[in-house]
Amino acid sequence: MRSECFSPTDPGYTGRRCLLMLEKMHGLMAFGLITLGVVFTKFNTASRVVHPLIFYQIRRAGLNLLPMITFLACGLGWVVIGQTVDLMTRVGAEDYIGVVMISVVVRELGPMLTALIVLARIGTADVIELGTARALHEIDALEAMGIDPIHYLVVPRVVGLGVSIFCLTIYLILGALASGYLVAFLQNVPLTPGAYLDQLAAALNWQDFVLLAAKTILLGAIAALVTCYEGLARPLRLEQVAAATTRAVVDCVVLWVFLDLAFLAAYAYWE
Amino acid sequence: MLTGNNHLGGPQRPTPVIELLGATLCRGGSTEEAGVEQVQWQVHAGDYWVVVGHADAGKSALLATAAGLLRPLVGCHRLFGNDSSTLTGHALTEARRCIGFVPEGGARLLQHLTLAENIALPLRYHQNLSPEQAAPRVNPLLEGLELGPLANSTPGQVNRGARQRANLARALVLRPLVLMLDNPLVGLSPAQVRWWLDLLDQLARGHDGLGLPPMTLVVTSEDLRPWLSRGRQFALLKDGRWVLLGDRETLAPAHNSNLSEFLEQDRF
Repeated sequence: MRSECFSPTDPGYTGRRCLLMLEKMHGLMAFGLITLGVVFTKFNTASRVVHPLIFYQIRRAGLNLLPMITFLACGLGWVVIGQTVDLMTRVGAEDYIGVVMISVVVRELGPMLTALIVLARIGTADVIELGTARALHEIDALEAMGIDPIHYLVVPRVVGLGVSIFCLTIYLILGALASGYLVAFLQNVPLTPGAYLDQLAAALNWQDFVLLAAKTILLGAIAALVTCYEGLARPLRLEQVAAATTRAVVDCVVLWVFLDLAFLAAYAYWE
Repeated sequence: MLTGNNHLGGPQRPTPVIELLGATLCRGGSTEEAGVEQVQWQVHAGDYWVVVGHADAGKSALLATAAGLLRPLVGCHRLFGNDSSTLTGHALTEARRCIGFVPEGGARLLQHLTLAENIALPLRYHQNLSPEQAAPRVNPLLEGLELGPLANSTPGQVNRGARQRANLARALVLRPLVLMLDNPLVGLSPAQVRWWLDLLDQLARGHDGLGLPPMTLVVTSEDLRPWLSRGRQFALLKDGRWVLLGDRETLAPAHNSNLSEFLEQDRF
């Protein structure tokens, strides 16, 4: 494996880093395309083995995180929404509450916060699991048995994280909007539930639903692909697993920012 | 089932199940650095090969290459008569299903699965079976290899001998044509060594209790002594060279200076 330990004082440091980044992007794209191909060509192959793994990933990355997401939704509602509603009411901008809520919570904070929680709780564990499996030659064992490691290990994670982040985001958004209104109500903000819901409904359009679904599924797929790529795609020794985990988190966040920019453009185009 | 074409024609021996022709193997975990060179090897159905060599002589790389898990750096590798470099997708999977591979030291079991789940995995994956449907094939192996009480333990909870037997059971569950074992006797007690040798003899002849047909066996070892009366064909890996020693009848250790170091009683 090529050494990635350059000193900033080395000649050509920036160029080397750029080349390494391009190499990694190339590797990630190839890994993603291979995985996509396996998803479509082998989705029903060995379904009695692989489908339970998908459900396991959904339970692990989705259901098991519900308490954490509930806590986060209450916190988001309390800290952000309640105060925003209160502030906007005080300055007489009640008519824009719905637009602000949809822009901030539905389009940005909801998906990104959910994805960050899933990355922190599940994505990092995935890199460690897969990196250790790679270091202990379990992947070689799968290949020796004629089992495709992408099909057995990566596909359940990609599908599982995509579905989980989508569902958890919906749950977070509903929880945050509800708890936010509750906080505003407790602060005696003169906004009836009906008016609040009307504003939210008026600010939402069908593109929001489509783009929210696409964005959350892509956030999950990217998280799964990057974590699996760091854990599986290159030979690892046990002492390299920790560094691979850190790299996966950083790469994920960077790729999510670019994805977010793309979706900002999509929202702007449709508006 | 993969079937190869016998390009030589005529009524001679059937197509070898595994061939390495002028092959240079990779060294250790590297896929670029050359190890053993000029390997010229044919494994026929029914053979019982024993390949001896010191640690790091290239035994694991030889088995991995012969099983189609590594590509030779130079030369040709054929599985069941087909050039392995041309095998992809379904054909490659089929070829690998016909070869059972038992790695050294009980390694490579999936740590998050129990021994029973590890053994059932290849069967369930390739035949799309539920755990209940796989049980009639898995349970006899668990009992036959003395793993019954440990079936629900994970690899980390059992000793090396049990892990090694679980690896063997996992390799046998698909009823392979060829069984490859990398240094299977290392770290075992004399009683366990005897158990393994007897079992491998039965597998070579066909194991009635487990319902397995006769298998082609390829074994690597650092010690030739246990295999002298068991193996049928012998080869040696030494100093990066591949040396065919012949069959049991023609093997004459007393006159072969290459072998003396693998036969000493107190070499450890």
